[in-house]
Amino acid sequence: MDSHSSEPKAEPTATSAGEKDGASRQEGVAGGERARARERRERRARRRRVAVPTLTVACILAVWQAVVALGIVPNFLLPSPVQVVYALAADASLLAMHSAATLTEAALGLVIGTAVGFVVAVLMDRFQTVSLALDPIVTVSQTIPTVAIAPLLVLWFGYGLAPKVVLVVISTFFPITVSLVGGFRSVDPDLIDLMRTMRASRWQIFWKVKMPAALDQFFSGLRISATYAIVGAVIAEWLGGFSGLGVYMTRVRKSFAYDRMFAVIILISVLSLALMGLVDWLQRIAMPWKRAERKED
Amino acid sequence: MATSSDNGAPALEARHLTLSWDEGEHVVARDVCLAVGAGEVVCLVGRSGCGKTTILHALSGLTQPLEGRVLLHGEDVTGRPGRVSYMLQKDLLLPSKRILDNVCLPLVIAGTPVHEARAKAEPLFERFGLSGTERMWPSELSGGMRQRAAFLRTYLMGNDVTLLDEPFSALDALTRADMRSWYCGMSRELGMASLAITHDVDEAATMADRIYVLRGDPRSGVPSAIAAEVAVPRPAGNVSAAEFALTPAFLDCKREVLSLLG
Repeated sequence: MDSHSSEPKAEPTATSAGEKDGASRQEGVAGGERARARERRERRARRRRVAVPTLTVACILAVWQAVVALGIVPNFLLPSPVQVVYALAADASLLAMHSAATLTEAALGLVIGTAVGFVVAVLMDRFQTVSLALDPIVTVSQTIPTVAIAPLLVLWFGYGLAPKVVLVVISTFFPITVSLVGGFRSVDPDLIDLMRTMRASRWQIFWKVKMPAALDQFFSGLRISATYAIVGAVIAEWLGGFSGLGVYMTRVRKSFAYDRMFAVIILISVLSLALMGLVDWLQRIAMPWKRAERKED
Repeated sequence: MATSSDNGAPALEARHLTLSWDEGEHVVARDVCLAVGAGEVVCLVGRSGCGKTTILHALSGLTQPLEGRVLLHGEDVTGRPGRVSYMLQKDLLLPSKRILDNVCLPLVIAGTPVHEARAKAEPLFERFGLSGTERMWPSELSGGMRQRAAFLRTYLMGNDVTLLDEPFSALDALTRADMRSWYCGMSRELGMASLAITHDVDEAATMADRIYVLRGDPRSGVPSAIAAEVAVPRPAGNVSAAEFALTPAFLDCKREVLSLLG
């Protein structure tokens, strides 16, 4: 922008722009100090954001360990955190094998569910009749408890991969559809009009305006779907199957191995968190402009 | 960019437009005739809700008038979008595209390969006071700069007629005054025909060569109509908009428009 200030004054454009640049350079000097102060403040805030929850978890674990060690709750009912960690280590290779099975089902179901959710959302956005027709069905499908239909799916599709994937698809497509439809509708109608004055086709309007505008909400939906995917797969395994963390859970429950029960619960949480982290990472890649927006705030 | 047509017709002309909301149920404006020549800045002034935006929509071809025609250099373009450029109060830059790609949008939509569109747009950044913003995201720019980018995008639509719907009203007062005189300078310099709608009489009198006064209250059943056409006594030579706004000629013009608005 510096080039403007050196331009001849005859051109009205250059003059006004040049004056503004001079002002912004002065602001720049004061802005540097302010930026540093803000950075310090932010660093402190960031430290706090990590320290407080870490301390909370540490306190809970300490209380839990103490409750078991002091015999307030009998050890055969509640294992101590240390015992859980040992169980996790002892069964590591077995858990890895079951995790792989669960993750495969969850990933497959999530990918199909996302694809189905995307297609349904696009159709609902494009055709009002489809929207009217599917709106109640999509909503009702979410009121059906997954635990209730899982046994039916086992009955219909057997003990293999299919019923798990179907259950994951059913529970993941809804957040995707709802978030995408909301995202498409959030586009400013004036922007669509502006695109029309450029003679943009419906296809161009969709890919250049609607899809990018819907990405933010889409990723919120995908985060929710990612957690549903793991839980859905585990529930389906729980009700019938040969491998997966749900199967492992039923086995350790039957043998009253509560330490392993806790170990698998923690593992499921960790897997869900990892999947959510993956979604966040994808969002950062897909929406580079979000970082600039956050910086402005 | 063509500045004037050979047949002597004005760049943009509206002939006896009658417009309605909800398909003829509710007439908004009746018998609207106006013309904008090349290199001219014309304002259409009216109170809020008198149907200014509806008229602009019809002129842009986004909507079909009940009666009347829109002519572009004498050619009938009624109800055909894409022949005149349209700029709104909101800059409507896409947050997901960098400034360079935002301004290239009309070219890319028209089928120009992206690298060619960029090569065409890049040399214009300096002239539009946007140097250094090519790789920035819209959220990193101030309101005035965003509006400049929106104007460059409008310019790259390649039409010589631009419609403006209160394009500066979202800016703060000082930026607005700057942008207004900058825009009018650019528009006249490029030989474009600009038609701006506004409810601000001061804005109209500082920008325009001529002012059309639109009067009516369609919400209470009185369709709007053009009450008068007022020529702005713009001084010859290099008088700034701020200085012009203090002259008796300016005040007389403003008084006349205000009295016509009723």
